[in-house]
Amino acid sequence: MTDDDDFAAYQSLAEETEDHRWAFGTGFSDPLEGIDTSVPAGVDGAALAAYCLALGDDALIYSHRLQQWVTRMPELEEETALANIALDLLGQARLLLSRAGQAEGAGRDEDRLAFFRTEGDFRNVRLVEPADADFAELAGRLLIFSAWRLALFGELTGSADPVVAAIAGKGVKELAYHRDYAAQWVIRLGDGTALSHARMQAALAAIWPLVDELFRSDAVAARLPGVAADPAGLRAEVDGVLDAVLGAAGLDRPTGAPLAPVAGQAGREGVHTEALGYVLAELQSVARAYPDATW
Amino acid sequence: MDESRDQVRSDWPLYEVFLRGKRGLNHVHVGSLHAADAQMALRHARDLYTRRNEGVSIWVVAARDITASSPDEKDPFFAPSGDKVYRHPTFYEIPEDVPHM
Repeated sequence: MTDDDDFAAYQSLAEETEDHRWAFGTGFSDPLEGIDTSVPAGVDGAALAAYCLALGDDALIYSHRLQQWVTRMPELEEETALANIALDLLGQARLLLSRAGQAEGAGRDEDRLAFFRTEGDFRNVRLVEPADADFAELAGRLLIFSAWRLALFGELTGSADPVVAAIAGKGVKELAYHRDYAAQWVIRLGDGTALSHARMQAALAAIWPLVDELFRSDAVAARLPGVAADPAGLRAEVDGVLDAVLGAAGLDRPTGAPLAPVAGQAGREGVHTEALGYVLAELQSVARAYPDATW
Repeated sequence: MDESRDQVRSDWPLYEVFLRGKRGLNHVHVGSLHAADAQMALRHARDLYTRRNEGVSIWVVAARDITASSPDEKDPFFAPSGDKVYRHPTFYEIPEDVPHM
């Protein structure tokens, strides 16, 4: 095959455009194009900022944990798949933290919020904090996280805040793929060899104590009727998905007790596991060492 | 569980990937990848070959299922058509009132 043949093959994939560079797609779009970013009348701006911050923190911290798998995945193809997922979540984090900064109105942008807050100021759920002990834990945590977040974003597509609704509308397509990817692996491992089954079951048992927190009632969401989703209302959909996947995988639903909040406080109140500090140390070190750097 | 599946293979088989672009009419070969089965190959193809918004449809084919012509057969296969330019339908005038030509 000559170079010309290679070029022609990829050119035919592109739309009619002057940009015929190798394998570059076209038709990219901005998810917030044409959307009014002012806080809608009647919406509590401080609560909206706190809500977007929490959802953005979930994606930011989990994206970082997924990025830590890059160069450690068992196959090149899986590594690219996981990097894509981490990038999707980083994109969601950027949009949500930007929205939090806008709603807060104190001049903090996405970078300020991501890199210059300390542990107690983060509002992510504790599920996203621990490092995965093995590939089975990666698949199990990703399944639970994406099933939950997909149910949540499904609700938020009808949010009274048009920016939150647009972010959710973009996110549901991404999360549907993440859930599918994770479900495929949970089923392969659960329905695979005796060893893969045992390790998948053990991974679910290790993650399970952190699941209950996803459905805890949330004081911030309660201040945003019509804008936020009630966490407790997501449980039926998520349970249905998990039961279907675990059933197909031949895995048992774990029965371990939930990890209790500390004095009634958990991730959404800024009380975290010790694992979060390690994530932030890595995530924030460059920005804090060179606070005026641009890249 | 099927005990025969306890046989571990060190490599996944190779699949060839074909994409159709937004305005393309046919699927075009873009590359290959490794996957345990066809369903996984389809997802890997999505993750490896459509990251830059290239495609709207993906085919994957196990490389072992492709029967290819051999370079040794190049002359008997392709040389005989080299001098038969009359096989192109270009030796007549197209009437002006024939559309879509």
